[in-house]
Amino acid sequence: MAARFEPLPDDAGEGRGGAALALDPAELSILRSLVVQLLELVGPAGGAAGATDGGADPLEALFAEGPTEPPSDPALARLFPDAYGGPGESSDEETRRWAAEFRRFTEPDLRTRKREDGLAVVRSLDAVAADGPVPGGGGVVRLDAEGCRRWLGTLNDLRLAVGARLGIEDDETSDRLISLPDGDPRKPMAMAYLWLGLLQESLLETLMT
Amino acid sequence: MSAIPLEVERTESEGAPAEVPSPEVPWVTVVHNDPVNLMSYVTYVFQTYFGYPKDKAKRLMLDVHHKGRAVVSSGSREEMERDVQAMHGYGLWATLQRDR
Repeated sequence: MAARFEPLPDDAGEGRGGAALALDPAELSILRSLVVQLLELVGPAGGAAGATDGGADPLEALFAEGPTEPPSDPALARLFPDAYGGPGESSDEETRRWAAEFRRFTEPDLRTRKREDGLAVVRSLDAVAADGPVPGGGGVVRLDAEGCRRWLGTLNDLRLAVGARLGIEDDETSDRLISLPDGDPRKPMAMAYLWLGLLQESLLETLMT
Repeated sequence: MSAIPLEVERTESEGAPAEVPSPEVPWVTVVHNDPVNLMSYVTYVFQTYFGYPKDKAKRLMLDVHHKGRAVVSSGSREEMERDVQAMHGYGLWATLQRDR
């Protein structure tokens, strides 16, 4: 798995700041499956399940408020952290109240944006799978600047979620992933995590030049 | 931002006035270290969102990495809430607090 982003010339159809990524069928399918899992984790727009009782009223959804408590799932908790009371900061009642208020008003919007970015990534992968020379085969993802931004965010969200699943809590656990033995049950996910890191790094390189 | 002087009616029975944080006291956005976010990504976010030059963005990123946290912006509470919200959008771990 050696896929990496390459910058597209400014006169390409994607305009300035575009990038391309060649994926083989296996890479494409792994990436798509990971993003779909991320979308399932993030959940429907509008916040936590049950927030709108399945009501389809768009007005209701517009005024629906988010949760006040951080998610219990560690991956979600990392994607939607508290805005008040970080490590080494006070965690008195006032701080907790502020954190709850902030979450109530901002989390639905944040979920929606993460979801929309992830959906855009799935759509671009599906477009490649549909248009490639071999149906269901690999191909080249071509992104404009906005597409690059969405991919960058989604790759980062994915790494945060997979990192939480792998229990990465410090630089040492992160380093140990590289040398996991083949039989380790975490090995496939660790490989995916490292691969996503290389993908993200190569996308950043095209954006920073 | 509220700069309107509010007159507070105080009755005799009330004790010492509650400590009201001065609006002059700025708030800060703090970014915390985490082992997942790439150093290049954190630098990119500081350049892209705050418009910091590459040197400053990189210095702040290294502060986060080595010291565990860095103050990346300061201003009113509303402004810092906006910055924290944006940092969460990028997937960075950020909080706001009163400047001390």
